Amino acid sequence: MTNVISLAVIVGILTSAIRLATPYLFAAIGEAFAQTSGVVNLGVDGIMLVGAYAAFFVTLHTGNVWLGVLAAMIVGLLMGLLMSLISVTLKAEQGISGIGLYMFGLGLSSLLFKVTIGTVKTVTGFQPINIPLLSDIPAIGEIFFRQSLPVYAAFLLVPVAWWFLDKTTWGLRIKAVGQSPAAADSLGVSVDRVRYFSVCLGSVLAGLAGASLSIALVNLFQENLTAGQGFIAVALVYFGGWKPVGIMGGALLFSTVNAFQLWMQVLGVKIPSDVAVMLPYLLTIVALAVTVARVRQPAALNKPFERGES
Amino acid sequence: MKTRNLLFVLVTVALLVSACGAPAAQPTAAPTSAPAPAQKFRIAVVMPSATTDMAFSQSMWNALQAVQKDMGGESAVELKYSENMFNVPDAAAAIRDYASQGFDIVIAHGSQYGSSVQEIAKDFPKVTFAWGTDVNTFGLPNVYAYTAAAEEGGYVNGVLAAKLTKSKIIGVTGPVEVGDAKTYIDGFVQGVTSVDSSIKVNKTWTGSFSDVALMTAAAKTHIAAGADELTGSSQSVVGSIGAAKDKGDVLWFGTQADQSSLAPNLVVSSQVYDWTGILKQMINDRKSGKLGGDKFTLQLKNDGLKIVYNSGFSLPADVKAAGDKAIAGIKDGSIKVNP
Amino acid sequence: MQSDTTVNHSRLLRRINLNWMDIALQVALPVGAVLAALLIGAVMLVLLKANPLKAYATMITGVFGSVSGFTQSLVKATPLLLVGLGICIAFRASVINIGGEGQIILGAVIGTWFALTFRTWPGWLLLPLTLIVGFIAGAVWGFVPGILKARLAVNEILSTVMMNAIAQQFMNLMIRGPLIDPAGITAGTYLAQSERLPAQVWLPRLVPQTLLHAGAIIAVVLAIAVYIFLWRTTIGYRIRAVGLNPDASRYAGIPVPFYQALSLTLAGGFAGLAGVIEVIGVQHRLLDGISGGYGFTGIVAALFGGLHPLGLIPASWLFGSLLVGADMMQRAVQVPSALISTLLGLVVLFVIGSNLLSRRWAVRRMVAAAKAEEVKP
Repeated sequence: MTNVISLAVIVGILTSAIRLATPYLFAAIGEAFAQTSGVVNLGVDGIMLVGAYAAFFVTLHTGNVWLGVLAAMIVGLLMGLLMSLISVTLKAEQGISGIGLYMFGLGLSSLLFKVTIGTVKTVTGFQPINIPLLSDIPAIGEIFFRQSLPVYAAFLLVPVAWWFLDKTTWGLRIKAVGQSPAAADSLGVSVDRVRYFSVCLGSVLAGLAGASLSIALVNLFQENLTAGQGFIAVALVYFGGWKPVGIMGGALLFSTVNAFQLWMQVLGVKIPSDVAVMLPYLLTIVALAVTVARVRQPAALNKPFERGES
Repeated sequence: MKTRNLLFVLVTVALLVSACGAPAAQPTAAPTSAPAPAQKFRIAVVMPSATTDMAFSQSMWNALQAVQKDMGGESAVELKYSENMFNVPDAAAAIRDYASQGFDIVIAHGSQYGSSVQEIAKDFPKVTFAWGTDVNTFGLPNVYAYTAAAEEGGYVNGVLAAKLTKSKIIGVTGPVEVGDAKTYIDGFVQGVTSVDSSIKVNKTWTGSFSDVALMTAAAKTHIAAGADELTGSSQSVVGSIGAAKDKGDVLWFGTQADQSSLAPNLVVSSQVYDWTGILKQMINDRKSGKLGGDKFTLQLKNDGLKIVYNSGFSLPADVKAAGDKAIAGIKDGSIKVNP
Repeated sequence: MQSDTTVNHSRLLRRINLNWMDIALQVALPVGAVLAALLIGAVMLVLLKANPLKAYATMITGVFGSVSGFTQSLVKATPLLLVGLGICIAFRASVINIGGEGQIILGAVIGTWFALTFRTWPGWLLLPLTLIVGFIAGAVWGFVPGILKARLAVNEILSTVMMNAIAQQFMNLMIRGPLIDPAGITAGTYLAQSERLPAQVWLPRLVPQTLLHAGAIIAVVLAIAVYIFLWRTTIGYRIRAVGLNPDASRYAGIPVPFYQALSLTLAGGFAGLAGVIEVIGVQHRLLDGISGGYGFTGIVAALFGGLHPLGLIPASWLFGSLLVGADMMQRAVQVPSALISTLLGLVVLFVIGSNLLSRRWAVRRMVAAAKAEEVKP
């Protein structure tokens, strides 16, 4: 136990954490868009699964990872349209329509996998790309600059999402519709159209989250590949206060502790493995409990909008 | 709102029953209890995970299909399955349903189905029940119990791994430390120690049988810590194999099913659960009138466990010899592996 | 005077006519939704080379026409009802409880531990205490997110999702450690289960050769109790007030966070009770997978029941029938189980989606009825 925390171990933990955080970043930032406009989508895990399947299937048969990415985005969009139809147009109870979408996505992805592929196979997905110069920096280079494209994309999404929400008209509309749909409506903004847009944007990103798993991080597909990660992603939206930077913080915290507990197990630290596995979940709650900033949720969150109602 | 919903619920029932009651009579009139002309042998299996899990359930499903083929295909053997029955009352309903449909053998392929089998077998004395993995037949004459001595193959894999490792660090990626995941890994460690006790075997447990992403991360952690070989168990272990493949030179030792297809150059050997021997024994027993009462254990000795060397991997002759020696030792009892 | 009575009679007739039409349409829409989902399911069945008529027929006759199918629906309905009751209470206070899985696990684990630790106690004492212990364990697991929300504004979706995962690991720790079945150790199998619970704590079976146990009766009794609690007690009234109008409640002096935390605690308690009842009623031991997804399906059942404790009774039975029937269909036509989940997801989406049309239709009928009232002959 003499070298429990050495530089090599720290580098290993952080490299792992960056990779583990990737699907959470895609899915949670996507969900943040949807929630900022007032729609809770608990079906993220189901969308991730169909996205993962689509990306895997297309990459397996065409050998082209970009076609796989496209497939995941299209499938994510379709799921998003379904969710929007049920939650926005038909104004159904959002929590439960999300759960229905989850069951549908879980079943559909497993069914399609069983019927079209039938057995677990690996695929050659996105390979790590070393960013020239930066990847040679000791320690930092290995952690940040020797990852695969989806990983880079997930982290680049953070400033892009921030800029989109805070600095563009569309972002303003999304926030307005989520804060006060009646006011937005009276100003001529189509509440339904904005919500459709943000929910679909969120699902496209959820589809990409799934693809990042099946054709970059684990390079295979199996039934229930995500094992509930979509729900963790939704939770991280609350942790991050609906802000992309906060979400990144949450995803990194969760993933770093997760990577850390794996290292602890490998190094033989004497705590029961179950307690180690619990740590990321425990610490996420504790971290949120002790942070002082109280962020208010979008006022119209989880409330369907009907003109004439307030 | 409440009375309305109550009403809609009741009317739904009425509508459905009346609408479907009549035509229902025809399709289900096809009798399942009347014997088919060519006296098909009927086997049903209830499994806790998918038939494609590359592990526990798939091993039984593959065996059943092989037996069906051997016995003449679908015209001779009717095979029905229920998968993903992780909810035990659902599985109990399935077991009871198959039993009441007059199946010859109903296989409850999950250790959590024990209490269900114990209750149901009493109600269907003419049906043969097979239950695994456990050794308890509940003293009932129509129940077989079966298990796999996974520690045996674990030992052999451990010997092979110990001989092949250059870094002298081996990683074990496990799900939850119970059942044959535990016994396999315990056997593996004993095998490694028997060759060279200075080799470090590091273990991680992800706490889940299905979290592939975490399994991949665990495998990569082992690799980063210097492991040049990996092993592990459960359906999520495909993630570890993927990680080994990504690294390119990490060897894999598998269990429960032949996993060579996932990494053709890196899988050294797999302990394969071959249930066909047990299945054939049960079928023959039943044909001669015996309905149960035996405990089966898959072992190297009875060919229930097979060590399958991956032909895609070039195994040095002396290492193979050591492996074969371990197999022989376990078979003749000179090597004892503790679960 | 003659003309007035005639007017009253015809007004009454008109009202009755409108009400019957209203109800018929209200029912037709969700029924239509289910049928639409099943129609899509039929298409999928055909694509999978299965006979949809045979499939659906098996579903209906199995669940409504056989003793084993019918009782199995009730066995499934019991945890659905219990978890659903908790969801009901929470929803009434405007709190979403998706922590059901973890709360069920806690109830099951602590209940098992209690029954095994005090295994020598007589049944009349051990059984009710085990139930109470299970309830309390689940309640604690609901209390934690509740108090975190009330005091530290930690969102309950985040805390309950995390607590679900923590509970799963806690169960792993217990089931392979202190609670492991000693028989598994001696046999060398190390199965993920606890020892069999002492017989005096088992809930009696109601119908021989089935799994139907007294927990079903307990659940129905509790549903009625929850109805009385929510509509006939002060605390219940306050919980509903907090959900309907938190601002008005605050002005009225009702501490909103406290009642929200309370509702989450109660929701956890009912889920915990569901867990311990699954153990002592169905399995007679703690097993991996005891939560069975009821934490989520309970939410669906609660909404099908109109979020009303009494509505939940038929709704949980019907939803249980749907789940059992779907499994029977899988066995009959041998389709992959994933089709079942897909179908169920579609049913949920379609039924929930049809609610708006129901509501719009109801509003339209009411407006028409009001207009008809105004026009005096």
